Amino acid sequence: MNLNFTAEQAAFRDEVRAFLDAELPARLANKVAQGKRLAKADYEEWHAILNARGWLGVNWPKEYGGTGWDAVERHIFEEETTRAHAPRILPFGLAMLGPVLMKFGNEAQKAHYLPRILNGDDWWCQGYSEPGAGSDLANVQTTAVRDGDHYVVNGQKTWTTLGQYANKIFCLVRTSKAGKPQEGISLLLVDMDTPGVEVRPIVLIDGEPEVNEVWFSNVRVPAENLVGEENKGWTYAKYLLTHERTNIAGVGFARAGLSALKRIAGEQMDGGRPLIDNPFFAAKVAQVEIDLMAMATTNLRTIAAAQSGQAPGAESSMLKIKGTVIRQQINALARQAVGPYAAPFVSEALDEGANVEPVGPAYAMPATQAYFNNRKLSIYGGSNEVQRQIISKAILEL
Amino acid sequence: MDFKLTEERQMLQDGMRRLLADTVTHEGMIAASETPAGYDPALWQALTEMGVPGAMFAEEAGGFGGMGFDIMVVSEELGRAGAVVPLIESAILAGGILADAGRSAEVEEIIAGRCFAFAHGEPASRYDLAHVETRAEKTADGWRLAGAKAVVHHAPAADMLVVSARTSGDVDDEDGISLFLVPADTAEMRDYPLYGGGRAAEIRLDCTVASDALLGEEGKAFALIERANARGCAAQCAEALGLMETIKTLTVDYLRQRRQFGQPIGKFQALQHRMADVLIEIEQARSAVINLCGHLEASRAERELQVCAAKNLIGRAGKLVAEEAIQMHGGIGMTQEYALGHFAKRLTMTDHRFGDTDYHLERFIRLSAR
Repeated sequence: MNLNFTAEQAAFRDEVRAFLDAELPARLANKVAQGKRLAKADYEEWHAILNARGWLGVNWPKEYGGTGWDAVERHIFEEETTRAHAPRILPFGLAMLGPVLMKFGNEAQKAHYLPRILNGDDWWCQGYSEPGAGSDLANVQTTAVRDGDHYVVNGQKTWTTLGQYANKIFCLVRTSKAGKPQEGISLLLVDMDTPGVEVRPIVLIDGEPEVNEVWFSNVRVPAENLVGEENKGWTYAKYLLTHERTNIAGVGFARAGLSALKRIAGEQMDGGRPLIDNPFFAAKVAQVEIDLMAMATTNLRTIAAAQSGQAPGAESSMLKIKGTVIRQQINALARQAVGPYAAPFVSEALDEGANVEPVGPAYAMPATQAYFNNRKLSIYGGSNEVQRQIISKAILEL
Repeated sequence: MDFKLTEERQMLQDGMRRLLADTVTHEGMIAASETPAGYDPALWQALTEMGVPGAMFAEEAGGFGGMGFDIMVVSEELGRAGAVVPLIESAILAGGILADAGRSAEVEEIIAGRCFAFAHGEPASRYDLAHVETRAEKTADGWRLAGAKAVVHHAPAADMLVVSARTSGDVDDEDGISLFLVPADTAEMRDYPLYGGGRAAEIRLDCTVASDALLGEEGKAFALIERANARGCAAQCAEALGLMETIKTLTVDYLRQRRQFGQPIGKFQALQHRMADVLIEIEQARSAVINLCGHLEASRAERELQVCAAKNLIGRAGKLVAEEAIQMHGGIGMTQEYALGHFAKRLTMTDHRFGDTDYHLERFIRLSAR
């Protein structure tokens, strides 16, 4: 038992820190720290900086231009980049599709798509969920019917995160209605510019059009865009979701949120003293901090197990639940901390360089926005109820 | 970063698990609570021969361990078995103080299995370590002790007591507390069994001891007490973790076997989701124990912050695990006959020693603000 990093790991951490000091633009870090809206160009800028250093393909092997890092190195990188308020690396191409293509794609697909993910030529989005296929993902109804050298796609995808910026979408489509629902699904790569693809924004409760509906009307997709075999898409989908669950605990986000919360509660005055000195409020903050201290170690235990070659099991479901609940609690306390100034909703104030004075302290509205936005945490990536189901199946073996 | 046990600790764990599985039953532990000692002396003897008390001491003190993770491994196994033995009282609290005070002869006796107890808490002290009303006054050839000590675990079986008494200062001062080694038969005891198993005593002191009974420096015992207490907390948190693991096993087995409405009750989603939450909190508890045991040798500030974090989290998790397990078992969980009750009560009582959930939350806030 040893809770410290090895000398090599500590040296790697220092290397990441030095890189962030030198290369992370202050403009981007400030936007992230202040909860401002990130533009498409902001993500692209940060991706390009990481790619220039060879650090964009965080969980990619070296042969495909990735870092080749092990689980602990990936953890250190995640911890340091969040601490420095770097924009997040968008997962759709890098964490989700990339590993699937490496494992199940053909040589032509790998040679064509993987470099384009790294160099930013393609912005992928995820075509998984549908109005009738949320937690019950195998119920996808979007159809792809073979017609010569093409598939003809009809249907609707939803909750497509940042689909408004994407030029490509990977889709789960139904290619067969025979057998179990899982048996007739295929994974298809679709160019968003193809006639018949339409993207409609969905404005969420925080006021942001973060997700979209994507409609397909007789969209003709070249048959070569099928990944792997027809009707085997469920296997690929599940493989992709295990990668979606890397860094599921979100320890770095929680730590950043907690220190912001403490800063806010130290500035907000409550009956003549800082709010953080109100014993009732302080107790809630302390309790979530204690939970986070333990969860960070639970996360490290999982990483250490992965490092020694153990496949992640129900642990990632436990981390998903605990990690998201802790982050939501921190968001709720930050919203509570800003008091009456949680209420004003001045959307333009979230834009960089907007000529709009914030109402009240600059941190107030982002606190409310983050609170509402992060209600999604316990819903997406397999809702927390689905995770409980996974845990109980693994443990109860009923 | 490494969460694997060393080979020595792995061997100790394996050995303890085999011995305890062969010898400990909840009926036996409950029955032992009604004997004068409060625990099974043969069991403690067997554990002693295996080196269990010795593993609580560093090599310099004559042992072969003494680190936080030694405490964790040993205590978790005791908890897993629901065993009642004077490990915390004798080897960690009294023994830790005696080792810090350089009393190698007594440490040797403890490593050989002799039972010591730590008489520190008082009727009015609750969880405040500095609250000592018991007085010690210097006499011509020693010390005169007078006062009362409360809920002293395993005092009925102890040959010797490590007693705290005030030699100067006010009732709540950290300064002015001293420690004395007192033969148990010079104290007046009212002894009783405990809900969680074992025995304890209310102690009245009105006696004289020789001048060499003073342990360490006069008036400066608080640091020793706090350090021993932190190690006691670690042992108790790890024991609680072991108790939770067994409660988990019992409950999962029950959910699989018990049939109602034509199917195992574990098929019902209402129970599945509650069990999943219990499992998550047990993993959190394990992490909290690792954090505390990994920081027992750190600076005082860091160590005490981890004590508070672990005790708070274990207090909350323990309450959830015990209450949910009883509920999911239904009627059988309410009976003395079935094993769960012993484990659930022992777990519940861990929040009544070394400071409870709220005490440590408040203290965590105070310590973090520094």
